[in-house]
Amino acid sequence: MNIHEYQAKELFEEFGVPVQSGVAAKSEAEFDAAIAAIKGDHVVVKSQIHAGGRGKGVFVDGFKGGVKFVPRAEAAATAKRMLGNTIITKQTGPAGKVVGTIFFAEAENIKKEFYLSILMDRATSKVAIVASVAGGMDIEKVAEETPDQIMTMLVDPDIGLQAFQVRKLAFFYGFGDKELQKQFKAVITGLYKLFWTKDCSMVEVNPLVLTEENKIIALDAKVAFDDNGLFRHPEIQALRDPHEEDPKEIEAGKYGLNYIALDGNIACMVNGAGLAMSTMDIIKHFGGNPANFLDVGGGADEEAITQAFNILLKDKNVKGILVNIFGGIMRCDVIAAGVIAAVKNVGLTLPLVVRLEGTNVEKGRQMLAESGIKLTTADSLADAAKKIVEIVAAENK
Amino acid sequence: MSVLVNKDTRVVVSGITGNTGSFHTRQCLDYGTNIVAGVTPGKGGMLFDEKIPIFNTIAESVSKEGANACVIYVPPPFAADSILEAIDAEIPLIICITEGIPVRDMAIVKSRLMQKGCKSRLIGPNCPGVITPGECKIGIMPGYIHKPGTVGVVSRSGTLTYEAVWQLTCLGYGQSTVIGIGGDPINGTSHLDAVKMFNDDPQTEAIVMIGEIGGNGEQIAAEWLKQNCKKPCAAFIAGRTAPKGRRMGHAGAIVSGNSGGAEDKIKALLEANIAVAETPSVIGETLLKHWGKM
Repeated sequence: MNIHEYQAKELFEEFGVPVQSGVAAKSEAEFDAAIAAIKGDHVVVKSQIHAGGRGKGVFVDGFKGGVKFVPRAEAAATAKRMLGNTIITKQTGPAGKVVGTIFFAEAENIKKEFYLSILMDRATSKVAIVASVAGGMDIEKVAEETPDQIMTMLVDPDIGLQAFQVRKLAFFYGFGDKELQKQFKAVITGLYKLFWTKDCSMVEVNPLVLTEENKIIALDAKVAFDDNGLFRHPEIQALRDPHEEDPKEIEAGKYGLNYIALDGNIACMVNGAGLAMSTMDIIKHFGGNPANFLDVGGGADEEAITQAFNILLKDKNVKGILVNIFGGIMRCDVIAAGVIAAVKNVGLTLPLVVRLEGTNVEKGRQMLAESGIKLTTADSLADAAKKIVEIVAAENK
Repeated sequence: MSVLVNKDTRVVVSGITGNTGSFHTRQCLDYGTNIVAGVTPGKGGMLFDEKIPIFNTIAESVSKEGANACVIYVPPPFAADSILEAIDAEIPLIICITEGIPVRDMAIVKSRLMQKGCKSRLIGPNCPGVITPGECKIGIMPGYIHKPGTVGVVSRSGTLTYEAVWQLTCLGYGQSTVIGIGGDPINGTSHLDAVKMFNDDPQTEAIVMIGEIGGNGEQIAAEWLKQNCKKPCAAFIAGRTAPKGRRMGHAGAIVSGNSGGAEDKIKALLEANIAVAETPSVIGETLLKHWGKM
């Protein structure tokens, strides 16, 4: 799960990490009060979306820049151009993201910019702190072109961040003097504590800055959470912004289904993530285009299968459906009952190809055959993919 | 011979009275697995299905029934604790089926597993389990799709493993052991660990390795196989068409930045003389051709 910059900054403050101060506003009516709370002649106006690259982003109406440094008098007008507008950045995809919140922030006198992130390193199963003296830049690019500007420090989760590691990082950044070391210690220990106690999958500060006044502060803040850890943190779940997520994905989550919308026209319903990905791959291999990733998981019942069909059919691009189930935990007769009920309840008219294998497969196949509903059966994954691709292609000539 | 489990393996089931645990315990018993005990705290002294003793702790199942493998079905908030309990009881083989364990919990488990003197190997979590066909099935895989034989199969995905196994069985080739290592970013046993076991196992004549996007476990295994393995090996990587930055079901299946993409993995596999299946429906066929059996 992702949260917005302004929410991440509130968490930073809670953990004693100094941030660029600012105020968030969700409607034009809140703009004046928010701007009044900001000190200085200039104001930074920042669109809040769950994607990076905002500064260089372009709005669909041609307005340029999702982050603007403007004179105080122009702040409200600038924010009006952004709020409710759709911005496209290199991370949003071509559809872009609608800006639902504006963050007004104080302008800082920046002396130097740095990069800092904390994440779980799967290769070592330790927490990795990635530090770079090249702030405000794409870290992947820095890693590729000037790797000596990056220091990666592994923290043993058993004992946590140690004092010597804090010193090592501080000297790497050039925070040699006592006062800066003290400030940096507060920043890094606060961020590590946030990462660990809140089950984060990533904490990223880009840039972390040193101001002309010799203060170390987080100018930007990005925090992502491990979905598996959310049950421990109702206060984090409350930060979820439903506008940032596909309503179909939220609906799917309610029924224990894992759905991700894609841009093709062949909907897939599969059990197991690996098989679901492979089903997408094989549809593409035979010249089709998958409309989604949908893993119905191991515990789906008739109700969940019916809901899965409903969600698939909400995507108006869908011209055909492929059901591919290899029953392990999931029993084929349950899937068959779900398919039959769904086709009847939803009034499905689109072409449907079903491939069943695994636990109780004979019973499942028999139920489908006796149901009288119109569908095409397939006896292997390749057969199923070929059939749905051919049918959809033939009907949409 | 086979790897990890055989007809003599004595299994204790952690979470035996839960919905998933009880259903799959019965399936495994039907298959012939030697399940000697169950654990549900508070239900110690009772019997599961009137025959299998239930204990309050895993340690008791070891001292009283000689359990040497532990399968875990307990829900995600408590699963890591159950793994730690099994490590503490010095169970040599721990298989955790549970999906949805927080990464933070697994980081702690992993540091215990890597400690000097740790007596346990963990398979999973978020995996279908391990089966040596005809001898011992520990986990949630449908038994009938397997057949005793000489192909070792290792995979990060559950149902995709069934797909590959079923293809092998239909082509007339059985399996020595099938290991599901699980789809989480932090797990107990890697592709590399599994292929090393298959390489050392005299019964295993050929290897199928199934991977997916995210991480670089497949590349590490490929590099090792290139240097050390003479047995024919085929592979499949799921997620060629998955969009970047999206988590595809498995917590571990995500392409982030420039790492973990399917094409990089396939390239590393091909360079190690591993035959890579073009689609998931030709995994069996790809191995047999590479093996000179087709």
